[in-house]
Amino acid sequence: MSSELKIKLLLIILVIALMVLGGFPLYLHRHYKMPIVAGKGVTKVTKLSAYSRALKRTAADTDVFFLQGREEGGKVLLMANTHANEPAGLLAALIFLENAVVEKGTLIIIPQFNNSASRNTRPGDGYPLYFEIITDWGKKKFRMGNRDASPLDQWPDPDVYIHYPDKQLLSFIDARNTNRTWPGRANGPLMERVTYGAMEMMRTEKVDIALDLHGAETMFPVTNCIVAPEKSIKIATMTSLTVKAREGFDNHVEPSPTGFRGLSHREIGDYSDTLPFLLEAPIPFLDQPTGPKTVALLMDGKDPFLLSLSRKGKLFVPYDEKGWTMEKRVGQHCSVILEIIRQYSKKLPEKAIEIRNIPYYGEVVKLGVGHFYHDPAEAKKSDIYYE
Amino acid sequence: MPLIMIFYYLICLYLIAMIIWNFIREKKSIDNMILYLLILIPLLLRVLRIK
Repeated sequence: MSSELKIKLLLIILVIALMVLGGFPLYLHRHYKMPIVAGKGVTKVTKLSAYSRALKRTAADTDVFFLQGREEGGKVLLMANTHANEPAGLLAALIFLENAVVEKGTLIIIPQFNNSASRNTRPGDGYPLYFEIITDWGKKKFRMGNRDASPLDQWPDPDVYIHYPDKQLLSFIDARNTNRTWPGRANGPLMERVTYGAMEMMRTEKVDIALDLHGAETMFPVTNCIVAPEKSIKIATMTSLTVKAREGFDNHVEPSPTGFRGLSHREIGDYSDTLPFLLEAPIPFLDQPTGPKTVALLMDGKDPFLLSLSRKGKLFVPYDEKGWTMEKRVGQHCSVILEIIRQYSKKLPEKAIEIRNIPYYGEVVKLGVGHFYHDPAEAKKSDIYYE
Repeated sequence: MPLIMIFYYLICLYLIAMIIWNFIREKKSIDNMILYLLILIPLLLRVLRIK
């Protein structure tokens, strides 16, 4: 064997080793199945493709859980993981999915709104691939996703994303962002088909309230808030005042801008009769000037650089040595969701929605998020869904 | 899979073939051999639908 051939073979082996070491964890992450135990309240499970046929057999199709109450009433939709790197929304949605008992009206939950993004990651930022929540029966493992859908599912990116139907020019990356592709198109790019499916569901099922659960940087002004368009703003304001008075946490109201297109809190309201709300809980993990993006930072939100910036008045939320824990973020989401539903039911008693068995902020902070999840090993097989 | 995506996968396959061909033809420079293999990685990961 010539020396040239020996060198080439050695290099090929090295590169294959590199590819396996780097690629195998990504492959496992993309195909990791997270078990969810559907609670007693779940009455029907379907796919989003039931409302958007072009989603069928794609990686963007996702489960939709219906929790129908005994009495007729209003309908509320919870969407989590629109941005799959903001997991407090998913964790809150799962608390509802596994525990909620709906007495009146219907609760619809889409826990992995951007299913493709939940199977994507951001290696350039050193994102962890998974995180775990401590429960009463052990640890529950979750995929940590990314803001945008995987390019494996929607490729190529355009030079500029032209929003449909307003033709507003948005960043190229937003073509894969399900909070820029509303209201979507039946046969548009894959992420537009996802939002179109949700719009069709809201129009077909006559959904009254849509809640899109998010997280935002502490250095970003639109954080720790409820974003609402004109038609939802009264309920949002009453919710903000009530949670502050009753539970002691701030959650101000941000008006949905009319000139910035593609966002759920704008387009859902403009293209359907549904009242949209977007909930933002602070997530220090997403801030740029932090230390390494570790699981610890994701869970407790403690970072020395943010602490220093907080002392200089550069953050938009109160921040101290305690950080901003996952329990606080999930608890805020639970309380704000329940309060929006309560305010809506007060305003329209004929369309009231009554949900019980869901913890408020104080309870989630005290008992931990994991306390509210059920052990898949002890659940009936028919109640387990893999996300 | 949309048509444009199929085209992009075909472009990927074409680039992979060109890079492998250049790698085979390279006789002297080890630096070039390493570079050919390194730029091959993202293309292969995409075609194998890993990343």
